[in-house]
Amino acid sequence: MQPPSWPKFTPVADHALLVSFAEVVSDASHAAVVALDRALAVSPGIGLVEKVPALVSLLVDFDPLLTDHVQVQAHVQGLLGQPVAEPAAGRLHEVEVCYDEALGPDLASVARASGLSADEVAARHWQGAYRVRMYGFAPGFAYLSGVPAAIQVPRKPAPVRDIPAGSVLIAGTQCLVTTLVMPTGWSVIGRSPTRILRGDERAPFLFDVGDRVRFTCIDRATYEQRLAAKGHG
Amino acid sequence: MAEACLRVRACGPLVSWQDGGRLGMMRFGVPASGPMDRLAHAAALAALGQPAGGPALEVSVAGLELACESGEVSCSVTGGEFQVHHAGGAVRSWCVRTLRAGEVLTIRSGRRGSWAYLAFAGDPVCARWAGSAATHALSGLGGGLVRPGSAIVVRHARVNEEREGELPVPVPVSGPLRRPIRVVLGPQLEHFEPDAVEAVRQAEFGVTLAFDRMGMRLAGPVLRLKDVLSIPSEPLVRGSVQVSGDGVASILLADHQTTGGYPKIATILSCDLDAVAQHRPGEALRFECVEPAQGVALARAAAAASSAFLRQMGAARGTLSDRLMRLNLIDGAVRADGGAMPLP
Repeated sequence: MQPPSWPKFTPVADHALLVSFAEVVSDASHAAVVALDRALAVSPGIGLVEKVPALVSLLVDFDPLLTDHVQVQAHVQGLLGQPVAEPAAGRLHEVEVCYDEALGPDLASVARASGLSADEVAARHWQGAYRVRMYGFAPGFAYLSGVPAAIQVPRKPAPVRDIPAGSVLIAGTQCLVTTLVMPTGWSVIGRSPTRILRGDERAPFLFDVGDRVRFTCIDRATYEQRLAAKGHG
Repeated sequence: MAEACLRVRACGPLVSWQDGGRLGMMRFGVPASGPMDRLAHAAALAALGQPAGGPALEVSVAGLELACESGEVSCSVTGGEFQVHHAGGAVRSWCVRTLRAGEVLTIRSGRRGSWAYLAFAGDPVCARWAGSAATHALSGLGGGLVRPGSAIVVRHARVNEEREGELPVPVPVSGPLRRPIRVVLGPQLEHFEPDAVEAVRQAEFGVTLAFDRMGMRLAGPVLRLKDVLSIPSEPLVRGSVQVSGDGVASILLADHQTTGGYPKIATILSCDLDAVAQHRPGEALRFECVEPAQGVALARAAAAASSAFLRQMGAARGTLSDRLMRLNLIDGAVRADGGAMPLP
């Protein structure tokens, strides 16, 4: 089979167009997704309903009463043909994490797998530079890239149930702060009091795709204080 | 201020508040949610003259029983073909009734359909999240699930005598379609063996018990993938037909995940999703592949038919004497109330 030429445009039902930039995840393909996402925010064209950025592709959802796949593709091609403004840095957000072993039950196993101490695993984690690649799975589940090579571990063979909201998870290069109680096969290395679901109608989530995230280490007392301040207690 | 208070005496799982849906947040992992059968939900609101897209209760086959504790309020029941009892008597589903203090309304699974809608004339009190009362069942965000003992309060409750009675039913939409479900192939067609695509065109699939607001798993031929390599997560939509590594297809519905790594062999046209959702476990469905441009044309035709249907639904039927008068004056041109109106 001939390798497809990129980007690739694929119709989705009667109401969407999938624009794909690569077959495998890379910084370049994700930068192209983010650039198109931003270009469409400035020039949405006719009938745009919403756009969903992912790792190597962006879905453009449109109103079939107002436009169709051919017109949307032409609009996107027009935007892609324009010189790209310098890549936006994305906003920087700080997310606090408590790496107490009671809140990060997998710290010890990640430490064993990477030949580090639990404290070193935590330090490597919060020293990393992270970027929001995509949301998925459930409301507010933001997949971050940027886990340092030294602490990259595979998924567990079987998921563990009832992992609390706010858990900080890692698997491979990806990191995620959960917003709901859920089962997960990722390693739980800490917990964050930082609220990702904001409950604000106009900006319900802490970060957007393309934004940067920095983790800061807090101790258990500060963590409990933050929770109490939010009125969770 | 007129207020009606109702109490849930019994209800099964997956009875929830749903409004028109929470649009534009898929990029944050949030599907639109909203009603599984969007036309039936819109019809329930239109039948009472309620604003389009407002909140109504979605009732699963597990059923719902409400008692009116105080006040009075008109309500409408639409969707599928459920068994409805009001104040001790059986009434047809797709109806408008008025609940008064001491009366009980029961909605139970009937001959067809998986989802019924109960709307109220007035402003039902329910929680909102991110601008919408649509309930995302997994997280409980939005108006929320209704449970036995829950109170339902309707502010500015109205009695619409002129709207009481039986409603027109959109025949093919209120239950499983007798024709195939229209899909556009893809968007990850390149990951499938040719016989998998042939199976989508030809084979019959069955709805399994793994069916909730997130989606329904299908039984049928194994849809073989060319490789089991994991592909990067791609955006999903309501109506995506995704295939897991073992070749089993699932249709994603109102509370779908917004991205996922399983390849999608086909995507159902938005205008056929209400009918898909009204299937029950054990029922069969087939697919028909259409080109994207045909899909757009079908979506436009369906939208026109739905608008016409909702206008008919929204027309007040008048008081009993009005209706008798009309029947006497217009010779044979008026269909009896409750006549079935076919949609294309």
